[in-house]
Amino acid sequence: MADYSVPPYAPPVDSGGAFAPQPGGVAPARRRGRHFSVLTRRDRMVLALMVGVPAFIHIFLIWIPTIGSIVLSFTSWNGIGGLENIKWIGTRNYETLVNIYPPFWPAVQHNFMWLGAFLFIATPLGMLLAVILDQNIRGTRIYQSVLYMPVVLSLAIVGFIWELIYSPGQGFINNALGIAGTPDQIDWLGTKGLNLAAVLVAAGWRHVGYIMVLYLAGLKSVDNTLREAAAIDGANARQTFFQVVFPVLAPINVVVLVVTVIESLRAFDIVYIINKGLNGLELLSVLITTNLLGEASLIGFGSAIAVILLLISIGPIIFYLYRTMREMPE
Amino acid sequence: MAELDGLRSVTRRQVLKGGAAVAALGGVSAFLAACGSSGATTAPSGGTGPSGAAPSIGGSMTFGSNYSDDVPKTAMQAVVDAFKAKTGIDVSVNTVEHGKFQDTINAYLQATPDDAFTWFAGYRMRFFAAQGLATDISDVWGTVAANFSEAFKTASTGDDGKQYFIPFYNYPWVVIYRKSLFTEKGYTIPKTIDEFTALGDKMKADGLIPLAFGDKDGWPAMGTFDILNMRMNGYDFHVGLMAGTEKWTDPKTKAVFEKWAELLPYFDPQPLGKTWQEAAQDMIGGKAGMYFLGTFAGEQATDPAVHDDLDFFPFPLFGTEYDAEMGIDAPIDGFMVSAKAKNLPQAKAFMEFLASGEAVDIFLKSSPNNVAAAKDADTSAYTPFQKSMATIIGGSNKIAQFLDRDTRPDFAGANAMQGFLQTFLGEPTQDLDGFLSGVQAFYDSLPPL
Repeated sequence: MADYSVPPYAPPVDSGGAFAPQPGGVAPARRRGRHFSVLTRRDRMVLALMVGVPAFIHIFLIWIPTIGSIVLSFTSWNGIGGLENIKWIGTRNYETLVNIYPPFWPAVQHNFMWLGAFLFIATPLGMLLAVILDQNIRGTRIYQSVLYMPVVLSLAIVGFIWELIYSPGQGFINNALGIAGTPDQIDWLGTKGLNLAAVLVAAGWRHVGYIMVLYLAGLKSVDNTLREAAAIDGANARQTFFQVVFPVLAPINVVVLVVTVIESLRAFDIVYIINKGLNGLELLSVLITTNLLGEASLIGFGSAIAVILLLISIGPIIFYLYRTMREMPE
Repeated sequence: MAELDGLRSVTRRQVLKGGAAVAALGGVSAFLAACGSSGATTAPSGGTGPSGAAPSIGGSMTFGSNYSDDVPKTAMQAVVDAFKAKTGIDVSVNTVEHGKFQDTINAYLQATPDDAFTWFAGYRMRFFAAQGLATDISDVWGTVAANFSEAFKTASTGDDGKQYFIPFYNYPWVVIYRKSLFTEKGYTIPKTIDEFTALGDKMKADGLIPLAFGDKDGWPAMGTFDILNMRMNGYDFHVGLMAGTEKWTDPKTKAVFEKWAELLPYFDPQPLGKTWQEAAQDMIGGKAGMYFLGTFAGEQATDPAVHDDLDFFPFPLFGTEYDAEMGIDAPIDGFMVSAKAKNLPQAKAFMEFLASGEAVDIFLKSSPNNVAAAKDADTSAYTPFQKSMATIIGGSNKIAQFLDRDTRPDFAGANAMQGFLQTFLGEPTQDLDGFLSGVQAFYDSLPPL
């Protein structure tokens, strides 16, 4: 990118004396052509800081940990002692994961179910609410506030609130159904198969509000003349939305999609607060934590799970980057 | 491009500089640590001379505590204050929430640990001793050994035959019940498993859940496995299984899970959404007749009158050759000295104090759900509840710690065994061979120790 973005700006665009030939100072940098001398030493310092600092942070906080995890995933290490205690064991961690480790496949499955529930239920619902609230119906602000409320709560708090709602003996749902305290009471969070759906309702409750606000902001920015033009052309509300508004909102749609994917893959806190991600609530993020951070300290094994989650995340990342990059030259 | 090269080299330089800074920091801390430990070992007085009392060392030390609940935290502070009054040594207590303390122990001991810290006996202690993260306190044991039974000394000894741990108190895993309920309904304490199931049937007929049970936290089910395994296969097999010399795929292990599945109808049918506290409330509140847990379940009876109404008995016998063992889980809590202790004489003096009946008496006054490890503790002040505990522990010939204290931490935790046991409880009729071979395969996949 830099290759075609730099030269066009280089020719004699003199912006206030900076073009004065600088004797001596820039000599070593001149090897490849004098047009580079537009940059003063000061410019270069600024550039170096502006590019160097983020690059430094980026490399230290993103690339080194990522590559470190990948390397560690091929090793066996209990986290005690120095690097000399790390044993190279090839792909054995991955073989254990795929063939032996009982919670692994359930966790992968739950992650995808989470993604599916958000993608096909919670996100469309949030968008639908945004479209409805965009109609300037009465009390729209109250509805907006109510729906947005859960978003300001952390997922851990959301988990806590819903634990109270789902509690078998004291919870709201079982009491409302009149089965609390009877042998028929439903243990919403303790029953495998049921608890994931229950948690998805809780997490979705928050996600819907988040998407609604994002999408509502997008809808407000749509030029009203587009809608009017569509109306003049005889489009009904449905056609107007799907054939005019929705395509215009393409950038917001991508953001919504990315947010949804990120929220699904990083799901952790709500499940961890409920039961440490056991008994039907296994997620890759929780398995990483319990293997890496607990007393277990299976650093290599935990890293291998992290790499799997990375591989799953890379799909949406590539899609997003592809979209963004493709739009950039315009 | 030249410009970009320049930028890159700046970055590279920054990287190198950063690296150097990190290395320098590492060096400094290593240097400090070295100073600390050499300073400590060359300190001539030593708190642990044969005289023992160590009255006049003075100075200060740090102590990492996982006694984070209000009552035990206050009690621990009282112990520390008594130590200061006696020796003049200032102990600054660094209390960490106990779950977090356990989860971060690994990093904690390697970074900048406190001089002394709270921990558990068993494999969990031996593991950190073997990793070189604890200080050998055999010299303290030379002074205090007479104050402990041989069993406690064994539980404090690392793989290398040296002692790394000072036991403070322990508590048994027993069947807890309300005396008033048993009197009212005319129940009698079952001695054998047949009497136990017969009592269970009677309780069911009376509309009670025979055994309260909550395994949401993952670990309470381990206690049930431990006791069934010790009753059916004996202590030696159990310890071998924990140590990895016996297999989870052994038919003897499978028999335990078969028996457990058979007994499950007597347990609360919905244990996986319940914490142990909620399960204890079921028993205390009269919804369940009995509860198999550590005696700390008594903490849930906040009303002293209700606490006095609690009593307990050892898990019933199975009529096997192992009955005479009267095996039991009675986990020991205590203290260790970290390998990086900077105030070693003070820390050892603290250990010596903690090994005394005087120290544990202060603590147990506020925590009547445990019994002292030290022989010279004042047992005359015990509540009837504590007296029964002491009797049951005293009557057991084989004492295990607890599954997650007896086996390797990377196998016992939420990453593995907690989830495995929940899988079993969720579906007790599943193919046990497949289930157990999965457990064994995971055990075998763990790095060699």
